[in-house]
Amino acid sequence: MSPHDSRLPDHPTTAGRHIPDRLTSPAARALKSWEALLLVVAIAIFIMNAMASPWFLDPWSLSDATFNFTEKAMIAFAMAMLIVAGEIDLSVGAIIALASTVMGVAMSAGAPVPVLVLLGLGTGLACGAFNGLLVARFGLPSIVVTIGTMSLFRGISYIVLGDGAFTGYPAGFAWFGQGYVFWVVTVELVIFALAALAFGILLHRTNFGRMVYAIGNNATAARFSGIRVDRIRFILFLLTGLMSGVAAICLTSRLGSTRPSIASGFELEVVTIVVLGGVSILGGSGTIPGVVLAALVMGLVTFGLGLMNVPGIVMSIVVGALLIGVIALPRLLAMARGR
Amino acid sequence: MSILRKALATAAMASALMAGAAQAEQLRIALVAKALGIGFFEAANKGAQEAAAELGDVEIIYTGPTDTTAEGQIEVINSLIAQRVDAIAVSANDTDALVPTLKRAMDRGITVISWDSGVAPEGRQMHLNPSSAPLIGNMIIKLAADELPEGGDVAVLSATTTSTNQNTWIAEMDKIKGDYPDINVVATVYGDDLADKSYREAQGLMQSHPDLKAIIAPTSVGIVAAAQAVTDAGKVGQVNVTGLGLPSEMAGHVKSGASKSFAIWNPIDLGYSATMIAYHLAKDHATAEPGATIPIGRMGEVVLDDNAEAAMADPFVYDETNIDEFSSVF
Repeated sequence: MSPHDSRLPDHPTTAGRHIPDRLTSPAARALKSWEALLLVVAIAIFIMNAMASPWFLDPWSLSDATFNFTEKAMIAFAMAMLIVAGEIDLSVGAIIALASTVMGVAMSAGAPVPVLVLLGLGTGLACGAFNGLLVARFGLPSIVVTIGTMSLFRGISYIVLGDGAFTGYPAGFAWFGQGYVFWVVTVELVIFALAALAFGILLHRTNFGRMVYAIGNNATAARFSGIRVDRIRFILFLLTGLMSGVAAICLTSRLGSTRPSIASGFELEVVTIVVLGGVSILGGSGTIPGVVLAALVMGLVTFGLGLMNVPGIVMSIVVGALLIGVIALPRLLAMARGR
Repeated sequence: MSILRKALATAAMASALMAGAAQAEQLRIALVAKALGIGFFEAANKGAQEAAAELGDVEIIYTGPTDTTAEGQIEVINSLIAQRVDAIAVSANDTDALVPTLKRAMDRGITVISWDSGVAPEGRQMHLNPSSAPLIGNMIIKLAADELPEGGDVAVLSATTTSTNQNTWIAEMDKIKGDYPDINVVATVYGDDLADKSYREAQGLMQSHPDLKAIIAPTSVGIVAAAQAVTDAGKVGQVNVTGLGLPSEMAGHVKSGASKSFAIWNPIDLGYSATMIAYHLAKDHATAEPGATIPIGRMGEVVLDDNAEAAMADPFVYDETNIDEFSSVF
């Protein structure tokens, strides 16, 4: 991780100019970081699950459990960059529905698997471009735009499908959502890992990533520093659309069917993972490793509670409490230290 | 395929290791609802518990997602597979989307059936329908005839002209009309499952057929609207409203006398029967194949048709003697 990454919350930078804080050693800072906290939480939940249920420590069970978060986490990486840049995309679930519907139409017309994949990705990109255009070119607030496109994209699916469904995807298509690369490692898990790596490098190791932080901290200052703010915003929406397309392929393949209600409510779960991962909802800070850990924590919690047959509504309460707890903890510690 | 075999081997090994401690010879049957917190499914759980008490060596795991989504139900089923339950009985949120997951459950040796809302045939061993079209068609005209010992004119208030369910039921009713020679079906009108249109159609029926003795509405929207129209026209006692409805919505009209009785499936019996079937299939007392007969305890038995589907029983009749008990349920 580059030394520039973590902006301490107690010392907000002004006007986008960032003075690296070197007062503490990198090792000490890593120990106190959000990621370290999440790692501790993840390990604690893992141990608790293993003790609470005799079924938890089974490679196949754990493999099945990864489906609880892989698709959402793929989108969460792109969403994290978008939120770091101070924008948000609430239409991701609807993009999945539309991409899945387009693939379903093509499948009914006899399209082979590679064409279905290209159409899924293409639809995601097109939806992302539409969002990006409205936000970057016309300067509309992204939350308003994507609340609108959330209804628009899913509405198109409902018009095409009504109360029907596309079924009978070709056998080869099942590989994405139901296939295994080797032993218990699913195709989706590999896509998740590759996406984590790619977005980690993009955000933390490239100029593009630095510009995203700059925009999130102060878009006006970034613009005056010569950063093409609108273009970067547009690209971020494209990436979110693309990852929604990838998730649409995985989810459609896993379900083996398309209905217009597919992936409903995904947007909030994706944002939950991002926020739990330590990305500031106000923009300007957050890391991809944090999002990876948050996805693991969410997956472990929901699967562990599921093994104990805890009703879903109690699960929602636990996830909500976890979110508030993990976010409030550093603040409370800082307040206690300040006194 | 080798992956499946490995999965089976792993599962077999693990369950052998844990057999002594965790299982204690109890058969674990999971009753999966469309979503938790819905009265209909809570009532089905009551029936499942009743069946478990009767069978003795059964533990019911009643579960389901928070919302009626296929994705949520798949997460629930994944955790049930991980717990290696013996049987899964599911009311599906999506006919097709659950198929891959349920196939995996069956590959790992779990008995899978659907009830109430079915899964496509390749994703389950059998499906339990609460009733069947012929039974429903018979029941709706019987309910009207039972209140009219000397016969009379009756009319049908249906949903839309294209509603598959209602059209099938009315066609079945027409087939056996001959068994009720004193009952004249004078008209069939369509309220489109809209409360206001159904209300106006019911008013129209009473005006154009002054001797009308009963309105049969095989739709939960139509039956309430018709009962309201009869009440508003001051014809309670002259025109009896019957058909298919929900106890919670019909309680007032049963008490006022606008509807003497109506029918709908009984969720308690449905949960009871689904549990019985899952038990017998998991115990290998029966196989789920076309033509097979499976006992369902106090409800008798079911016979599987060519799609491995079965109909439980006649729709259950609700009247003033039992409406209070069920109106709080669904």
